Amino acid sequence: MAPVAPPVGLPRLLRWGSGSEGPMRLSAHMERIGPPPCRDERRGPREALIRAVDASGLRGRGGSGFPTARKMSAVAEGGRRPVVVANGTEGEPASTKDKLLLQSAPHLVLDGVVLAAEAVGARRAIICVEEAARRAWLSVEAAIDERRATGLDPIGIELAATPSGYVVGEESALVHWLNGGPAKPTFVPPRPFEKGVGGRPTLVQNVETLAHLALLARFGPDWFREIGTPGHAGSTLITVSGEVARPGVYEIAPGTTIAHTIASCGGGADDVRAVLVGGYAGRWLDADACLRLGLTDDQLRPLGASLGAGVVVVLSSRGCGLAETTRIARYLAGESSGQCGPCVNGLASIAGALDQLHRGQGGPGTEGSVRRWAADVAGRGACHHPDGAARLVASALEVFSDDIDWHRRHGRCWADPVRPDLASSAPTRSR
Amino acid sequence: MAGAGPGGPLREAAGPGVGARFGRQRRMRLAVNPITCEGHGLCAELLPEWIRLDDWGYPIVNPDPVPPELKDHARRAVAACPTLALLVRLD
Repeated sequence: MAPVAPPVGLPRLLRWGSGSEGPMRLSAHMERIGPPPCRDERRGPREALIRAVDASGLRGRGGSGFPTARKMSAVAEGGRRPVVVANGTEGEPASTKDKLLLQSAPHLVLDGVVLAAEAVGARRAIICVEEAARRAWLSVEAAIDERRATGLDPIGIELAATPSGYVVGEESALVHWLNGGPAKPTFVPPRPFEKGVGGRPTLVQNVETLAHLALLARFGPDWFREIGTPGHAGSTLITVSGEVARPGVYEIAPGTTIAHTIASCGGGADDVRAVLVGGYAGRWLDADACLRLGLTDDQLRPLGASLGAGVVVVLSSRGCGLAETTRIARYLAGESSGQCGPCVNGLASIAGALDQLHRGQGGPGTEGSVRRWAADVAGRGACHHPDGAARLVASALEVFSDDIDWHRRHGRCWADPVRPDLASSAPTRSR
Repeated sequence: MAGAGPGGPLREAAGPGVGARFGRQRRMRLAVNPITCEGHGLCAELLPEWIRLDDWGYPIVNPDPVPPELKDHARRAVAACPTLALLVRLD
């Protein structure tokens, strides 16, 4: 088979199938991109791939942005034979990019799973997909069957249908569930890379990260870095929702400005009031402060924000930031796994107080209480769930002081009532 | 140096590590396992200088190293926790 030429420009991940015509079959995948280079005779020792990943600068696309090579090395050096877990749970309501990737290019993700397993010396890999994400789940199931039938992979890949929920995809929660427990975070350490599935060192990687791994293993770290910034190498999938004409999943070069991104999705840059970056656990940014910034952690960090799992939600001047934040805070309070007192009580109290402010029923101290509670709950859970909620709420108090003021004086909400649910309206569609 | 090695009087504070061998006391920090903590609040009563309670009765622990004069009180608070959720970390 003739070697496949490296793809030039964008898209990288979404060019292998857009999702509208259904998942790419194994035969088409092999024809277009070839087999995963894990049994290539020219391949060096096992560590070669980890070195290539390190040179590529690939970072996790699940939200934390942790350097992938460092995680792989830690797992490979864990002493016992490791396990690979591909995390496709995507509990973030404003994100659909992982589902889209799984239902359009499942073999790209599975190639990454196999390559990661080879690199760390694992013989067992589990791909976790939310059971409710039916199309993604069926796509992966069919893809695993195809690979099994052809004997393509040197390792076994299992598919696990996970429960739904915001914190299910948190590493320790996922491992806890795979070990037969409830899908709730555990008190770490030990972290999954030390002691995870079956007590073995476990490499948990987001499915988009693994798809990038599949490409960079073929085309090399220099090719990988051709797109992106030094601190945020490679292309990245984002889910754009809110008040734009064409919401959906986009593949961008990190560093593309927020203004350009919104314009590409059919949003009017003049009418943007604020942007939620990073997801429900992200941060609201005032349009004036953020439109000229590039979508990369290097540029977002000074504002205390990060791209997270690639979520961008656009709020126009027709929307009420307090209404949106109240809804999200209520959701996050409901998604607490109920284990840690500060999270259970704090998030519920914050959501309740925001609701009061939104109804114009807040007392003189209500806003101050929200501020204090948000500061108090941060960092006090077993996982980072309360931290994310606190970050979101603190940013809303900063950016939407006008809305809070309006509600204090007038009570009712002035925002268009037919648009109360911005961020969960993102379709699983590639653009 | 009598008493400075593992098992000597410094052991509890210093642990058997390198610091202990040179007689340097390791720093003590307090942490809470938030899953096991049920908000009994004894720790804040025993160590109000270092632990306060939030609006729901759960402890907020000062993350800095515990000063030497509070170490005994800190150990007492750790021992008193009914769910063993208050932890000592030495670094």
